[in-house]
Amino acid sequence: MVLLGGGALPAVSAVRRFGSSVVPPSGRHQNQPSSQRAAEPQDSLVGELMDPTRAGKLRGRVTEYENHPVVVGVEEKIRCTCGCNLSVYTCRTTDFTCETSPAMHQRVVELMEQQQSAQQILDAFVAQYGESVLMAPPRRGFNLAGYLVPGILITLVGGALAVMIVRQTRVQAVRRSSGQVDAGRPTARASDRPDTDEQARIKAELEKLGM
Amino acid sequence: MTILGQISLWLALLVAGWGSVTGVLGGRRRRPELIQSARRTTYALLGLLTVASASLLTALLRHDFNVAYVASYTSRNLPVVYTIAAFYGGQSGSLLFWAFVLSLFAAAAQWLTPRRYDGLMPYVSAVTSFVTLFFVAVMVFASNPFERLPFTPPDGSGLNPQLQNPGMVVHPPMLYLGYISITIPFAFAMAAMISRRLDTGWLHAIRRWTLLSWTFLSIGITLGMWWAYVELGWGGYWAWDPVENASFLPWLTMTAFLHSVMIQEKRGMLKKWNMSLITLSFMLSIFGTFITRSGIISSVHSFTQSNVGYFFLGFLVLTGLALAWLLWTRMPELETEAQLESALSREASFYFNNLLFVGMAFSVFWGTIFPILSEWIRGTKVTVGPPFFNQVNIPIALALLALTGIGPLIAWRKASPQNLKRQFAVPVAVGLVTAAVLAVIGYSDFYAGMAASLGAFTVATIAQEFWRGTTARHRLHDENYALAFARLVGRNRRRYGGYIVHLGIVTYLVAFSGMAFKQEMEASLKPGQSTAMRSPFGHTYTLTHVGISQYERLNRFVTAATVEVSRDGERLGVMTSEKRQHVDSFNRPQFNPSTEAAIRSDLREDLYIVFAGSVAGTEEAVYRFTINPLVWWVWFGGVILVFGGVVVMWPGAGPTRASLRRALPGYAVTLAAGDRDA
Repeated sequence: MVLLGGGALPAVSAVRRFGSSVVPPSGRHQNQPSSQRAAEPQDSLVGELMDPTRAGKLRGRVTEYENHPVVVGVEEKIRCTCGCNLSVYTCRTTDFTCETSPAMHQRVVELMEQQQSAQQILDAFVAQYGESVLMAPPRRGFNLAGYLVPGILITLVGGALAVMIVRQTRVQAVRRSSGQVDAGRPTARASDRPDTDEQARIKAELEKLGM
Repeated sequence: MTILGQISLWLALLVAGWGSVTGVLGGRRRRPELIQSARRTTYALLGLLTVASASLLTALLRHDFNVAYVASYTSRNLPVVYTIAAFYGGQSGSLLFWAFVLSLFAAAAQWLTPRRYDGLMPYVSAVTSFVTLFFVAVMVFASNPFERLPFTPPDGSGLNPQLQNPGMVVHPPMLYLGYISITIPFAFAMAAMISRRLDTGWLHAIRRWTLLSWTFLSIGITLGMWWAYVELGWGGYWAWDPVENASFLPWLTMTAFLHSVMIQEKRGMLKKWNMSLITLSFMLSIFGTFITRSGIISSVHSFTQSNVGYFFLGFLVLTGLALAWLLWTRMPELETEAQLESALSREASFYFNNLLFVGMAFSVFWGTIFPILSEWIRGTKVTVGPPFFNQVNIPIALALLALTGIGPLIAWRKASPQNLKRQFAVPVAVGLVTAAVLAVIGYSDFYAGMAASLGAFTVATIAQEFWRGTTARHRLHDENYALAFARLVGRNRRRYGGYIVHLGIVTYLVAFSGMAFKQEMEASLKPGQSTAMRSPFGHTYTLTHVGISQYERLNRFVTAATVEVSRDGERLGVMTSEKRQHVDSFNRPQFNPSTEAAIRSDLREDLYIVFAGSVAGTEEAVYRFTINPLVWWVWFGGVILVFGGVVVMWPGAGPTRASLRRALPGYAVTLAAGDRDA
């Protein structure tokens, strides 16, 4: 039967404080459940669900690796190959029906237990799945175009724009100093095909002015 | 009833083709009867597509499961609101929705556009009819919403549980409204080019349509972020998914367009830019829906891959070529009227504004298609995910944030040193002080610090503008400050509404930077067990697992895990995250179980709890706990943005005097006689 666990809390209440023995690179995972478990309820006192089959995929307990900063850091750089386009970390902590990201997580843990560095673990995944397993392409070869083209184009166009602006402003400055009127050009050229009354009137006026 | 819908589609196909032709012929040959026929075609299309839409809606509400679309996206026990939302939830229904809304907007454009733009209207009608023709053709030949099954299933497949959310009811239609309404200003731009009426008149005709389109896109994108945040369970709101990018691209170009039309109206400059921007915006709106429907780039948003992608690709290529030709041949008539007088001027800042918006659009586009490009050129697939997009786009966004503060304050034509000092002394000081304070308190993320400092600078510029305007009115008209403020905004809606929109953007960008300080962890807890989590703001949450309950509700079986939350020892309440197993009317499971997050939101941060699952079928629960700083401000930024858009759009804020003069016949003569524009 379902044990709601509501009402008063059990007398034994273990407060699990975070403790970090590894400084995480990004700071995002400073919070980790302590491996010290103080006075936790015995398994025999924990009830079973009424219908476990409809409670989603059943899980194992969280180990130290689920929150390990190196593991998480690597998994955020690797794409889950189930087709979700999310990182392994995001997929396994979001899509709890996915079988792929937990398996990839296990692989990361195995490689870490073999004392491999984060880069070595990433290289191993690339060797197995190809470059597309990385969440961002490695910065070499053709991939550099991906990173550099937008910035180069913006810089080039920005430079051209700056040159154009400086030139235009210099021309305007010269005109002003020589007393030329800064008349804007006509909105549209005097039409060769005055197909409206308005345009015919404009053309007639321009002709009167000798233009 | 669906037979009526099918017939309506066929008739719409013929009518739209007729309207496309008569509009152009009537305009070119000045045949009033053809022009009138084209106009009536627009209304006829609205009628036919209303009938088709009503037919589909009726089939949905009557649970006519012999219709393949109804069987695919609904079930007998689906709540009514989601049954209605299924109209646009699938491929062919969304195409019908697109065509119907487009016909509605086209009819409104014909009805509401003032008579002085009658010269443009036949071509507007032709363009809107042509685009409608395309969407109807796709339905008729590739994705028929009225297709029937050879049998009638007893129940439908139901709607994906992730779509059974209030956001589903509102987000897609808002986004579609944004995409679709771009067609109207685009149609006017094409009408101006075809008819060679390339003065500023067409800009006046489309001003509210452009704002409307931009506002709908903004609402749609914000709602999409909200929906992803509350529904998908990963604790974020933007993943640079290809379909997300596809909605962002036309928003960027439309934003650039909205800004640079001011320059054309005021000074007669940037005409080529404006014509190119509105054309690009339309093409990107079609590209966006192509990405979603073709399966060319995989995405969690994608419809099932189908052959409609080929239709969209063909439409994109053909219209792209036609538009490029049209632009090329009209270039000589889009020459600028005035020249830049100073690099330190508002005009110059708008050039760079356009560059950055289009540059960001290009970088997003480039990142989205780079996987395809890589495979095509190298034969190697790559993934371009958030790390790439963040790295490339954050600096551009920060530059835009700076321009948001600089642009409105820098003088037209030429800014003097005195003007610069007067306008920027206080805001720059505010920005620098903010940066210094953040450095002292150890604000560790560089980009987040830049966002906050530039945000402070921009807010100071906006506040300064409101303050100066209000105090000026107070002095001049002897109004109290509240009245002076209200009248300031009311009589200058375009300007001050724009400032409010800018405030919304600042709020967005600073809120986004909060994700740099996100905290996450997983924990498995037995009933009564607790874990602790420290917030970036310095306090500590204590999270105690209460227990798991299971029950039936509506069309699903629920497994709910409850957590008691305290902060620095103070009890805040309980939060419940759920697993939902949806069932059909025969109590058979549909779809995989979905997860509903529990979210506690306040001004500083969100506490986001996801029930990951039960340990071995017991009451021991696995949770993912996340602290997301500043998320509330993302949604509030959206509210400010939309409010600002509404203020700008409110009737009464008409074209500027300068732009009205520019649109009058004989304006060129006035200029030629040496009368300077004010």
